[in-house]
Amino acid sequence: MANDGGYLSQACSAAELLATLYTVANLAPLAAPKFPEPFHQVPGKDAIYLNGGDFHGEIGPERDRIVISPAHYALVVYAALIETGRLDASALDQFNQDGSTVEMIGAEHSPGFESTTGSLAQALSTAGGIALGRRIKRETGQVYVFMSDGEFQEGQTWEALQALAFHKLDNVRVIVDVNKGQCDGPMSEVMNIEPLSLRIRAFGCSVDSVPGHDISTLAHALTRGTGKPHFVLAYTDPVRGVPVLQERAPNLHYLRFTGAEERQRYADVFAQLEANR
Amino acid sequence: MTVQSFAPEIVIRPHVENFINWSADKPKVLVLTADLTNSCEVGKWRETYPERYFSMGMAEQNMMGFAAGLAREGFEPWLHTFSVFLYRRPLDQLQMSVAYPNLKVRLVGFLPGIATPGGVTHQSIDDIAIMRVIPNMTVLEVGDATEVESVLDIAHSIDGPVYLRMLRGEVPRLFDTPMEFNKARVLTSAGDDITDPTDIVIVTSGICTEEAMRAVPAMVKRGLKVTHLHVSTLKPFSDPTVTAALASARKGVITMENHLITGGLGSAVAEVMAENAMAVPLSRIGLNDTYAHGASLPYLLKEYQLDARALVERVEILTGSPLNIPDSDLTEIRVAALHSAAKAEAL
Repeated sequence: MANDGGYLSQACSAAELLATLYTVANLAPLAAPKFPEPFHQVPGKDAIYLNGGDFHGEIGPERDRIVISPAHYALVVYAALIETGRLDASALDQFNQDGSTVEMIGAEHSPGFESTTGSLAQALSTAGGIALGRRIKRETGQVYVFMSDGEFQEGQTWEALQALAFHKLDNVRVIVDVNKGQCDGPMSEVMNIEPLSLRIRAFGCSVDSVPGHDISTLAHALTRGTGKPHFVLAYTDPVRGVPVLQERAPNLHYLRFTGAEERQRYADVFAQLEANR
Repeated sequence: MTVQSFAPEIVIRPHVENFINWSADKPKVLVLTADLTNSCEVGKWRETYPERYFSMGMAEQNMMGFAAGLAREGFEPWLHTFSVFLYRRPLDQLQMSVAYPNLKVRLVGFLPGIATPGGVTHQSIDDIAIMRVIPNMTVLEVGDATEVESVLDIAHSIDGPVYLRMLRGEVPRLFDTPMEFNKARVLTSAGDDITDPTDIVIVTSGICTEEAMRAVPAMVKRGLKVTHLHVSTLKPFSDPTVTAALASARKGVITMENHLITGGLGSAVAEVMAENAMAVPLSRIGLNDTYAHGASLPYLLKEYQLDARALVERVEILTGSPLNIPDSDLTEIRVAALHSAAKAEAL
């Protein structure tokens, strides 16, 4: 509301995915929710640089890691961190504000971001490297990766898949928000990626296709051992919980209010959601 | 150009054994390749350290990400492939996954510029330009076997990504002292001090240094005052010796590089000259807004006017007087040039 719009459908589709991910992953607890630091500087020689992974708690050989791939989901990542007691709720007051690290499309100074992934389909390769490094060090923790379905249009994703399978990196677990939409509209009209599960399996990884708003099914699919790099395809509803958004279908990538009237209707919806909490 | 009449020592594949020995006490050093393992002289490294070698296949974008992840876990991945495949195809991955987070990834790129008969697809003629504009990146280029050997310690010591323009195969040994970071070699000096006035300052890099060394002694013999620097650190480009030498030029400065004249050594020198208000002409030798094609190195050096003769002609233009140096002089003096280079380094 404050920003006159945002990446809303991503929050609708991925709320349960991220909630489940942050619940099942073995992350070190924090003593208290952290407050985001203001932006200091970008990484560089002798730079004091924050890492958003700090919100995931202290790393350790047995701890899991979470790598967020589509940085456009930053808002719902922040929300998941708040709901799991890792980020102070006041952080959202800084969302998209100048000088803040609570950015609209996060970089690795933003809460929850271990790496910089706004250029899509790069995090899976980085996560593969992290997983390989952890295997060399004989660490037992898993590397979870959150991805969006649009990233399966990029060639790099498939390069990463073949490398994960070739190097037998079964410590990588990927959860994919298959919301079937992208910037230009429905993925089926922009560039088809289905049958996604068959394609991934053909590359040598294991796949579970699950309903994306069913938390217990998601949790089971994410944590079961398969002996292979594992992908959970969570088929989701991009207007889940905010049906009024359906009016804009299929162009759901970014919500920008058309005027005061639409803005008010969304304000009413959120007031109702808040009342029902 | 005839190799046998040239250098007293041609080192065969200097990187192979040197890199193996150097890596022995550095367990965090890993090698990643993209189907060019033997071509990049790490086939024996793979056999020596199989647990530290990872084949990534022909998939450079993904290789960048894996390198980033490994570096985040405290390892030091040394990517070995042809230069063109390190910055053209995977440039976004290089920038966002590796350079932005300032990760200790070592990008070892072979086949610099036109030093390959592989043609346009294999000739990295714009790599220095592109790497030089990437924040956090350090850019190094070796010019002989001694630098092939000594560049490893330099790259290893840098807290951030390093692009290393590397040589392979038969590499001449021109220098007898190790390469130093951000420090040019003074191969020929017009006076006792680098600030002493000189007619022409010649700044060269990579394999062009060898070409310049063929021509400089003949010029000096004809009474021209020449200062010749070899540069192996292209970013940062803040060596006070370079600035001092450039300021000593009375008739002009010539740069010579196995690269486009835009964005590389010539541009770096132009920036220093402009920022320091040096009012002498700068003449840049290199590829001039053109791609090249597949042929032997001597053929291409001549065709694109990147050889010793081209340097002589540029000097003649800048000074306005002919030097009358026959081709035979360029070749004949080559061996002597090597010896004097070693002496000149003691300056």
